[in-house]
Amino acid sequence: MLKVSKSPWLLHYDGSSCNGCDIEVLACLTPVYDVERFGVINTGNPKHADIFLITGGINAQNAPVVKQIYAQMPNPKVVVAVGICACNGGIFKDCYNIDGGVDTAIPVDIYVPGCAARPEAIIDGVVRAVALLDEKRKNMRKEAAQ
Amino acid sequence: MSTRSIVPFGPQHPVLPEPIHLDLVLEDEKVVEAVPSIGFVHRGLEKLVEKRDFNDYVYIAERICGICSFMHGMGYCEAAEHIMNVEVPERAKYLRTIWCEMSRIHSHLLWLGLLADAFGFESLFMQSWRLREKILDMFEYSTGGRVIFSVNKIGGQRRDMPDDMIRDFLSIFDGMEQELKTMAATFLEDYAVNTRLRGVGFLTEQQAHDLGAVGPFMRASGIALDTRKKGYAAYPNIEFEPITSTVGDCYARTDVRIHEIFQSIDIIRQAAAKIPQGEVAVPVKGFPNGEYMMRVEQPRGEAVYYLKANGTRFLDRVRVRTPTFANLPGMLETLKGCQLADVPILILTIDPCISCTER
Repeated sequence: MLKVSKSPWLLHYDGSSCNGCDIEVLACLTPVYDVERFGVINTGNPKHADIFLITGGINAQNAPVVKQIYAQMPNPKVVVAVGICACNGGIFKDCYNIDGGVDTAIPVDIYVPGCAARPEAIIDGVVRAVALLDEKRKNMRKEAAQ
Repeated sequence: MSTRSIVPFGPQHPVLPEPIHLDLVLEDEKVVEAVPSIGFVHRGLEKLVEKRDFNDYVYIAERICGICSFMHGMGYCEAAEHIMNVEVPERAKYLRTIWCEMSRIHSHLLWLGLLADAFGFESLFMQSWRLREKILDMFEYSTGGRVIFSVNKIGGQRRDMPDDMIRDFLSIFDGMEQELKTMAATFLEDYAVNTRLRGVGFLTEQQAHDLGAVGPFMRASGIALDTRKKGYAAYPNIEFEPITSTVGDCYARTDVRIHEIFQSIDIIRQAAAKIPQGEVAVPVKGFPNGEYMMRVEQPRGEAVYYLKANGTRFLDRVRVRTPTFANLPGMLETLKGCQLADVPILILTIDPCISCTER
């Protein structure tokens, strides 16, 4: 178990997923899995968020929305692609309206595959994101000191 | 006259797990009109039928929506079975009924939680989702998946439920029913909850009929229609009456859905008592040729599956009319004249599933 140094706040956006991963993301927040014990809180405001959980692939309509949310989040930030659709398009890869995974629109740091991604896998992704967040914060401080 | 302003709502909004965009035209705090724009979740699943074998498409049909995934898979399979004149074994029909009703309970509990979250009752949200996890555990135990199950196939089911598993489930449901009653009392009798739900978002019986509403949204306005009564799976052998309310406000919709959870538990008990022994699938040979329209009652209302086959591995056309699509005009009607603060609750009381609607 990694040491959690700060309480990360999550922002969740449904790209074009089938809802399966979305309800699993929400299930993480509720009693049985309860990520709040790690200090993780789901926020609706991109400006408060450290970790961007995104489910589902990217299409022409939601690409600008995803980019806008990403731009609104303050640095340092970590993007977690939840579910195989967010990783590379998954079962919908061949659909005419799917450009591919989330990395076609914004840089993705952590991939959580699965259809639907299990809550354990999502929590693991979030914990990894926290470690990465620490690293990014340190790098930012270093750059600022120089 | 006060000045008009337009408030954008969504696609990323704290109350909505899914993206839908509404332009709310306001006069002071009052909503005059709501203009929806959709398409954020459109993938183009129906077109994918040209690239996927009709047997493989069952998996894609399940992924139309992760909440009613079982019913989407089943609706597609039943339509294909009708085209191919396949008679599904009796046991498979009962299994379908049991899994369908479990899906309904899980979907309604999910919705109750989201509603509680929308009016800011956090502990009630957690309570609903805690109960829902029990259903998901049962799903995992019986099908292997939590939200996407892949137990449907054309000709029957991929898995059987042993009898002792069904007995275990029934005892879990007995315990759950007690907890549900406690939770339902908070939804239906709590003063604070009542002030948010009662008298908000009226839809009259005539409006519900004219706007083509379906499911609990329509039944809460007093129309006793339930596609399960038309008879598919094992529903012809099950006794139940559609649950209705005549009030037509947000409280009535909550009331109808809560009672449907209890009804679903009752249907599962009946099905468990009547389930026969035997096979759960029959082998299916050849390719479908013809067309069929299948109607299924999902947690959100009636869904229609249209399949057109041409005698090859690939179907010509699959069309799905989902319940949320039918309920959107009704939702826009209820939004007119409401207060801005009530908008999230009104949107939630149709139980929107944008992923189904846009596919």
